[in-house]
Amino acid sequence: MTAETPTPAPAPDQAPADDVLRVEHVAKRFGAVTALSDINLRLKRGEVLALLGDNGAGKSTLIKIICGFHQPDVGRIVLDGQEVTLKSVDHARSLGIDVVYQDLALINELTVYHNMFLKRERVRWPLLNNRLMRKLAKEQLDDMGVNIPSVDAEVAKLSGGQRQAIAVARAVYSEAKVLLLDEPLAAMGAKEAALILDLVKDLKERGDVSVIIIAHNYGQVLEICDRVNLLQHGEITFDKLSRETSLQELNDIVIEEYRRALRERQRTA
Amino acid sequence: MSETVERAEAATGLPGGEPSGPANPVWVALRRSAVLLTERREATVFIVAVILVIYFRTAAPAFFTKSNIINITQVAAPWAIIAIGEVMLLVCGEMDLSVGFTMLLAPFVMHYLIDFYSFPATLAILITLAMGLVIGAANGFLVVGLGVPSFIATLGTSLILGGIALTTSHAYPSNIPAKAAGIGHWFGTFAWAEITWAIVLVIIFHIVLTRTRWGLHTVAVGGNLVGAREAGVSIAKIKMGNFMLTATLGALVGIQEAFRVNSIDPTSGGYQPMFYAIAAAVIGGTALAGGSGTVIGAFFGALVLAILTDGFNLIGVSANPLGIIFGSAILLAMIANVYLTRLRRAGAR
Repeated sequence: MTAETPTPAPAPDQAPADDVLRVEHVAKRFGAVTALSDINLRLKRGEVLALLGDNGAGKSTLIKIICGFHQPDVGRIVLDGQEVTLKSVDHARSLGIDVVYQDLALINELTVYHNMFLKRERVRWPLLNNRLMRKLAKEQLDDMGVNIPSVDAEVAKLSGGQRQAIAVARAVYSEAKVLLLDEPLAAMGAKEAALILDLVKDLKERGDVSVIIIAHNYGQVLEICDRVNLLQHGEITFDKLSRETSLQELNDIVIEEYRRALRERQRTA
Repeated sequence: MSETVERAEAATGLPGGEPSGPANPVWVALRRSAVLLTERREATVFIVAVILVIYFRTAAPAFFTKSNIINITQVAAPWAIIAIGEVMLLVCGEMDLSVGFTMLLAPFVMHYLIDFYSFPATLAILITLAMGLVIGAANGFLVVGLGVPSFIATLGTSLILGGIALTTSHAYPSNIPAKAAGIGHWFGTFAWAEITWAIVLVIIFHIVLTRTRWGLHTVAVGGNLVGAREAGVSIAKIKMGNFMLTATLGALVGIQEAFRVNSIDPTSGGYQPMFYAIAAAVIGGTALAGGSGTVIGAFFGALVLAILTDGFNLIGVSANPLGIIFGSAILLAMIANVYLTRLRRAGAR
């Protein structure tokens, strides 16, 4: 069980026009720590890309750059063929890049429909137009095949999978072009995970939103993604279509990484 | 496994279907009514108020007389009005300990403006209310801008405001300015003035909290600060606004109370009305942890506290053990809050 040196990422020189998002030669340092050294990533329109990587490989830094939270030191981000400078999370969101964080962004105390419309409320001044929001939220969730007891339910009463589904539905409803799902399946049981995977599958079939799934556990996401990227030590070291790779291959790479870490420890000890 | 089967399983396997608890109908009915009561938190404290009225009516003949009812409303109204602000603040995760000192300072400022600077009464009152806005903004700046916890920030401003009131007045009471006597009728001289203000303001801010963007964002900020920020809600704006609201309501109450007792008293205000207002909010079902609360509940909470004070007085219980009763009432309400919320959340599963 040995793995060859991972295939280097293809150069993005003549990137096809159907890329919705391209990250080109992006690097980011925090003081003495190089979080990302040279990132090249492409996301095709309607594609589901799995971004895999060990803890500390730079996944969250990369996500935070794509969603506008951090600005890269060098390199550029191209959205829909145009170079963009993402000034803030709000700015990125207004351009159609939206992140769904694991269990962070929903307000437990509010109903499902208020959560879906938070900060984009429908108003019949000075009052909230609850009837309209309720109706639209229900339509959207039905349309996406998300099953919840009622849009009037407090989010606190829902399960982890349902909450995640609502967060995804909210992002899709806000006309996100690029959706980043940050560890959507962490801490989720099989049935819950099935709900989310099903939702992503649906999104893929519709094709109007492109998805990057950030995951630790590649076994869960390999089935539903079109392509797999592996992030190691601040670089994308592996880029293959999912039908061209296998669980076995990914396993080998990860195991090799663990072995290398172990050898390094022994050498320094 | 086909997609549809998978999805059906995922859907039915999740909470939200038929409850599968014990099938005993009495238990189910009890549980359901408990859930209903907690869904409308105001209802619980309203029922308590009604029971207290019935009890004191039979126990003390003087209780249900016009003059005594006025008395109760005049005790309850200032607490209820301040409680509106405290509810809004508690819901967004803050509190204002200084509001009673804004209440103390406000009528003095009105008096200085009218008697020393010859301002017309109406303008002086408006400026005094605007001073409330400024005090609230200062509290808000300490909390939002400088990151001082609201408990400490408003403790500091409490002492400063109290010091300003006592220094400028030399701790002597003043008379109501003669020029303000007319307008004073609308604020507190007329027996029903304060409770009318209280009811109108409670209705307005109940709607603000439950039916407007401001209210929704207030709940969001208190319920999940990170999530609210994620969604793009301006945390600073919401907290600042609610601090400004609370201090302005404090200034209003200060002016009202001065007109009601027909004197500007350096011993009025202070921590006591603030504590009663927070107690009223808690008894009414507002969580100290933020994210939920009701303005109407706080109004009934203030009413319950006022009825208790007045009723025990009438049936001849001395004022000394009142603390025991109030303390127990607040603790009971808080415990009920915690457990009923748990029941409510579980009840709908």
